[in-house]
Amino acid sequence: MNAFDGLQIIVFFGILILLTPILGNYMAKVFSEDFSNQRTKKKFWNPIRYFSWFEKLVYKICGIKPDEPMNWKTYAVSLLVFNFFGFLLLFILQLVQKWMPANPQDLNNIGLALSFNTAASFVTNTNWQSYAGETTMSYAVQMLGLTVQNFLSAATGITVIMALIRGLKNKTNGDIGNFRVDLTRSVVYVLMPLSIVLALLLVSQGVVQTFDSYVTVQTLEGAEQTIAVGPAASQIAIKMLGTNGGGFFNANSAHPFENPTPFTNFLEMFALILIPMALTYTFGKMIGSVKQGWTIFIAMFVLCIVGLAIMLYSEYSYNPVLQHAGIMEGKETRFGVMNSVLFANITTNVSCGAVNCMHSSLSPMAGMIATINMMLGEIVFGGVGAGLYGMLIFVILTVFIAGLMVGRTPEFLGKKIEAKEVKMAIVAVLAPNFVILVFTAIAVSLPVGLSSMLNTGAHGFSEILYAFTSAAANNGSAFAGLNANTNFYNIMLGIGMLIGRFAIIVPVLAIAGSLSVKKIVPQSSGTFKTDTGLFIFLLIAIILIVGALTHFPALSLGSIIEHFLMLSGKTF
Amino acid sequence: MKNNKEYKSSLFDKHIVYNALIDSFKKMNPRVQLKNPVMFVVYVGSIFTSFLFIEELIAGNFSGFNLQITIWLWFTVLFANFAEAIAEGRGKAQAESLRKLKTNTFARKFENGKESKILSSELKLHDVVICEVNDIIPADGEVIEGIATVDESAITGESAPVIRESGGDRSAVTGGTKVLSDKIFVQITSEQGNTFLDRMIALVEGAKRKKTPNEIALTILLSGLTIIFLLAVVTLYPFAMYAKNASGDTLNLTIPILVSLLVCLIPTTIGGLLSAIGISGMDRLVSHNVIAKSGRAVEASGDIDVLLLDKTGTITLGNRMATEFYPTHGITENHLAEISQLASLSDDTPEGRSIVILAKEKFNIRGRDLSQFQIKHIPFTAQTRMSGIDIFTNEKIETSIRKGAAYSIKDYVISSENEFPQDLEKIVMQVAMEGSTPLVVSENGKAIGVIKLKDIVKGGIKERFEQLRKIGIKTIMITGDNQLTASAIAAEAGVDDYIAEAKPEDKLRKIREEQAEGRLVAMIGDGTNDAPALAQADVGVAMNTGTQAAREAGNMVDLDSNPTKLIEIVEIGKQLLMTRGALTTFSIANDIAKYFAIIPAIFAGLYAFGGATGPLSKLNIMYLQSPESAILSSIIFNAIIIVALIPLALKGVKFRAMSSSAILGRNLLIYGLGGVIAPFVGIKGIDLIINFLHLV
Repeated sequence: MNAFDGLQIIVFFGILILLTPILGNYMAKVFSEDFSNQRTKKKFWNPIRYFSWFEKLVYKICGIKPDEPMNWKTYAVSLLVFNFFGFLLLFILQLVQKWMPANPQDLNNIGLALSFNTAASFVTNTNWQSYAGETTMSYAVQMLGLTVQNFLSAATGITVIMALIRGLKNKTNGDIGNFRVDLTRSVVYVLMPLSIVLALLLVSQGVVQTFDSYVTVQTLEGAEQTIAVGPAASQIAIKMLGTNGGGFFNANSAHPFENPTPFTNFLEMFALILIPMALTYTFGKMIGSVKQGWTIFIAMFVLCIVGLAIMLYSEYSYNPVLQHAGIMEGKETRFGVMNSVLFANITTNVSCGAVNCMHSSLSPMAGMIATINMMLGEIVFGGVGAGLYGMLIFVILTVFIAGLMVGRTPEFLGKKIEAKEVKMAIVAVLAPNFVILVFTAIAVSLPVGLSSMLNTGAHGFSEILYAFTSAAANNGSAFAGLNANTNFYNIMLGIGMLIGRFAIIVPVLAIAGSLSVKKIVPQSSGTFKTDTGLFIFLLIAIILIVGALTHFPALSLGSIIEHFLMLSGKTF
Repeated sequence: MKNNKEYKSSLFDKHIVYNALIDSFKKMNPRVQLKNPVMFVVYVGSIFTSFLFIEELIAGNFSGFNLQITIWLWFTVLFANFAEAIAEGRGKAQAESLRKLKTNTFARKFENGKESKILSSELKLHDVVICEVNDIIPADGEVIEGIATVDESAITGESAPVIRESGGDRSAVTGGTKVLSDKIFVQITSEQGNTFLDRMIALVEGAKRKKTPNEIALTILLSGLTIIFLLAVVTLYPFAMYAKNASGDTLNLTIPILVSLLVCLIPTTIGGLLSAIGISGMDRLVSHNVIAKSGRAVEASGDIDVLLLDKTGTITLGNRMATEFYPTHGITENHLAEISQLASLSDDTPEGRSIVILAKEKFNIRGRDLSQFQIKHIPFTAQTRMSGIDIFTNEKIETSIRKGAAYSIKDYVISSENEFPQDLEKIVMQVAMEGSTPLVVSENGKAIGVIKLKDIVKGGIKERFEQLRKIGIKTIMITGDNQLTASAIAAEAGVDDYIAEAKPEDKLRKIREEQAEGRLVAMIGDGTNDAPALAQADVGVAMNTGTQAAREAGNMVDLDSNPTKLIEIVEIGKQLLMTRGALTTFSIANDIAKYFAIIPAIFAGLYAFGGATGPLSKLNIMYLQSPESAILSSIIFNAIIIVALIPLALKGVKFRAMSSSAILGRNLLIYGLGGVIAPFVGIKGIDLIINFLHLV
C-alpha cells in the first residue's frame, strides 16, 4: 500500500462525509414535508421541482390516497402484499422469458428453483445470483424484472426505516405514515434522480447500454469470441445506489463493461455507500437530534474502518504460501489491491454484494472480516434503510442492557423499551442467525450440500458459511467457488433470503407501532445518554459480543484455521 | 421497629442459610425450574449428561471427566436455587419480624350465643363480633343488630360521630373505627390475612411472586440470547463433524462437552441471580420499614422524575421557631427579649416555647418565679389574635404585655392611643419578605419590637435535593403558605419548584400535568384528601398514621410515617435496576474468556497434518493445561461465580448520587471490564488447581 492508496481512502470517505448531511437533509425533507398537494417552488437543483408531477401521477393512476395514515399492522400488510406481488411478477417473468420480446439471444425459460431463488433474491434486496446474467436472463427480464425490483426493494428498505423513525417520534399516536407514499417518494425523489445521474456518468466511461444482440468478434489469435452486451448502465446505477449488487454480467463489477475504469470503480463504491451513510443524518434530522444521527454514523464508521484496516493489513502482509505480499490473485489489475479490498469491505458492510474481485481469493483474515461484516446483520451502514433499522435493533438491545446500569428502566429517545420491544428485537436478531447457523449445518451434513463445493477443508466450509451468511444478511455477494445453481442451494438460499428480510422487517414495524403509542419521557440528568462517546463504545461492544462472538466457533473452523495454516505455510 | 435491623448485620444468618440449603433442593421441581428459562436449559442439560454418564457406567466405561462435568452442572442449578432461596428467606424473616411487631387488637367474637376473645387477625369471613363503647371495630363489616354512634375520624377526617345501624344504607362499618356509644353486632365482610403485610410476604415468596415488567423484558432478552447460543452450540456439532472428516483428525466432541459449552455461554450468572435481585429489592424496602404492595412499584420508583413533597414535616421541621429579636428605636434587644419571654412563659405552643429558648440562649434570661406577682394570662383567641400577660401589683395592672400578628397588635396599639413606630413597619415587611412570620410585641400599649418566627428547614435536606437534582429528579414543594413565604422556603431548601396556597386538588392536578409530559411522579401523603393524588401518582407512599383511604390508594406504606423516606425509596428502586443491569453486563462480558477457553480445547486436534496439535491450539491464549481441564475450569468458574455474586445481588450495587454518565462509566468499568477480565483470571486459576489436584 502506498501513499496514494491512503490518500484515496481519505478522499473517498472525506467526500462521503461531506455529502452525508446534504443528502441526509434532503431525504429528511422528502419524507416529512407535504408537497404533493401544492405547487412546488423549489430551487433549480432540487429534484422535487422536476418530479412532483410524477408523484401525483403515480397516486392518480394507482388510486392512492396520500393522506391516509396507517398503523403498523396496515403498514406491514401493505408492504408484504406489495412485495409478494413483486416476487410473483419476477418469478413468472423468468418462467416465460422465451416467449417474451427483447430476447435477442433467444435465451430459454428458467427453471423453477432458479426462478424462485432469483425472485426471492431481488425482492429481498439481496441480489444473490445463482445464474450468470449474460447466458441466462433476457433483456426483458433484466429490465422489467430485475431492475424494477432493484428500485422497489431499496425503496422498501427506506419505507421501513421511515416507519420506525415516526414510531420513535410520535407522541402516543399509532400512525406511522403511509407505506405507498413512502415507497413512491423513495423512488421518485431519491433513487431515480441519483440513478439517472450515475447511469449517465457510467455510460460516459464506457459502460454499455444497448438493446443490440451480443457481438461476435475475431480475436488476435484468430479465434471467435462472443462479447455480451446489453442495457447494463441503467441497471448498474441502481444496483449500486440501491445496495442491491446484482450484476448485469456474471463477473459483476469486475467485468470491464460494468466497471471499466478506476474512475467508475470509485463512482460505484461511492454510490453503494452514499445513501446508507446519508440516512443516518436523515434519521438524526427527523427525530430532532442531529447529534444522535452522527453518533450512529460514528459507530458504523468505526466498525467500517477497523474492518478495512484489518483487511488491508492482512492483504498486504507477507503470505508464506505464495511467498509474496500484496496478493493479486482474484483481483483486477486495473483496480489493484487497495481498491479491491476497499470494495470488498464496503460491499459487505453495506449489504450491496456487488464485487470487483474474487472474495474466495482474499486472504483468510480479509475473507473473515467480509463474512463478519455480514454476520453482524449488515448494520455497518448496511442496505438502504435496512442497515439503519438493523443498527437501531442493536441500539435497542444496548439501551436495554446498559441502560439499566444508570438505575432507570431503559429508554431510547424518551421511549421506554419494554418487553414487547425486546421480544421483537430478539426475533430480528435471531432470524438471520438461525439461517446462517442452521442452514449451514444442514448443508455441511448432507451430500447434496457438499457436492457443490469446489474447495475442500476449512476453505470449503467458509464457502458454504459465506453463502448462507450472504443470503441471511441480504448481501448477495458470493465467496465464489461454490456451485450454488442446484435445486438444494437455490431453494435453501431463497428461503434464507426471505427469512433474513421479512423476519426482520415485520418485527421492526411492530417495534415502530408499539413505540409510536408511547409517551416521550423528557430528558434529565438521570437519563441514559445515547449520543455520547461512551454509548458508541457500548454499542460496538454489544454488536461484537452478540453479533460476532456467536459465530466465533463457526469462524474458527473456517477462516481462523486457514489463517493459522497459511502462517505455517500450509494450504488446501 | 429496630428488631428487623438485626438481619442487616449479617448477610447470611445461620438459620436462613440452613433453610435456603434445603429449599435449593426443593426447587429442583421442574415446574419451579420452568419459570426461569435460562436455568431451565442448564437443568435439562444436567439431566441429559447424568443419563449419559449412567448409561456409560452401565456399559462399563467410567468417565471421571463426565462425572465432574455432571456434578458441576447440577451445582450450577443448585447455586441459582440457593441464591433465590436465601433472598426469599431473608425477605420472609424481615416481614415476619414486622408482623410480630404489629400491635394486635382483640375482637370479641360472638358464636352460638357465647362471647370469646380472639385476635382480630384470626377473624374469618362471616364471623360475628360484638362492639361496645370504646371498642375498635376489628375489620370491615356490616351491622346486623343494634345501633351505635361511631367515630370514623380516622378514615374520613370528620370529627363528628356518625350513626351506624342494622338494615338500610348505614350498616357498613370500617375496621379501625371506634364505637362511642351503645352496642352493635358486626358481621365481618373482609377476608383477614389480606393486609398489606400479608401481601408483602406473598411478594417475597416464590409461589405468588409475579415478575415485574422490567424483569419480564429482561427474561425475554436472556431467553433470546439463550436460544442464539443454543443454535450456535447445536450447529457446532455438524460443523465439527465436517471439519473432522475434512481433516481426517480425531475429534473428541462429546455431548457433555457441548452441554458445558452451552451452559458457559448462556447468561447463567444473571439468569441465576435475577429473582434474588428482585426479592432483595423488596427486602431492602422492608428494612427501611416500607411495605410495597407490588414489585412493580419498587421498579417504578427507580424511574421517578418528579418528587412531590409536603413542606411541613418533610422539608421543614413542622413548627416555626423564633430566631431573632428586632427592637424598635429606643428599646434594647435585651429588654425586648425579656418582655417577649414574659409574654411566652405561659404559652405552651411550640412557637411560644421557642421564644423562651431563644431568650435564654441569646441573653441568658431564665424563667423566673412569677408567684410573687399577681398575673393574668391572656390566651390567644380568634377574635383578638393576640396573647399575652397582665402583671398586677395591688390589684392594679403594672405591666401589660401582648404579642401577636402585626396588624392585630397595630390595631391594639392605635386603640391605646399610641403610635405604631415607622421602623417597626419596615421590620415587619422585611421579615415577611424573608418568608418568616413577624410577631409584634407590645408593652403597656406601646409596640416595642418584632420577633422573627422562622420555618426551620431540616438539616441536610438541601444537600439531599442537590443529590436528587444530580440524578435528574425534580423536587416540588407543596404548601398552604402564601406565595411570599413559600418562595422563601423553596429557595432556602433548594427545591426546583413549589406550589403555594395549595389545595388538595392542586396535588392531583400537578401530578396529572407532569405525567402528561411523560414524567413519573412520586408523592407521599396521609390525609383522606391525599387519596386521589396517591392513586394517580406512579409511586404513592401512604404514611402508616394516615387514613385507611390513603393507605388503600397508595402503592407503598411507610410504617415510620416519615415523609423523607420517599428519597430512600427512589434510591432503592434505582439500586434494584442498576444491580440487574450490572450483572447482565457482567454475565455477557464473561463469554469472551469462555470462548477462548473452550473453542481451542475442543478443536485443538483438527487439521494437525500429523502434528501434535492443530492450528486452533494457538487460540489457547490462557495456556490452559489440557482440553479437559479447560472445559472443567470454565464450567466450575461459571458455577461458583453465581455463589460469589450472591452478596452483591442481595446488597445491590451501591447507589451514588452522580449524573447518569458518571454512574454508567463507573459501573461499566467495574462490571463490564471486570466481566471481561474476571473469567480469564478465574478460569486460569481453577485450571492450575485442577491440575495440581490431578482431577483430569
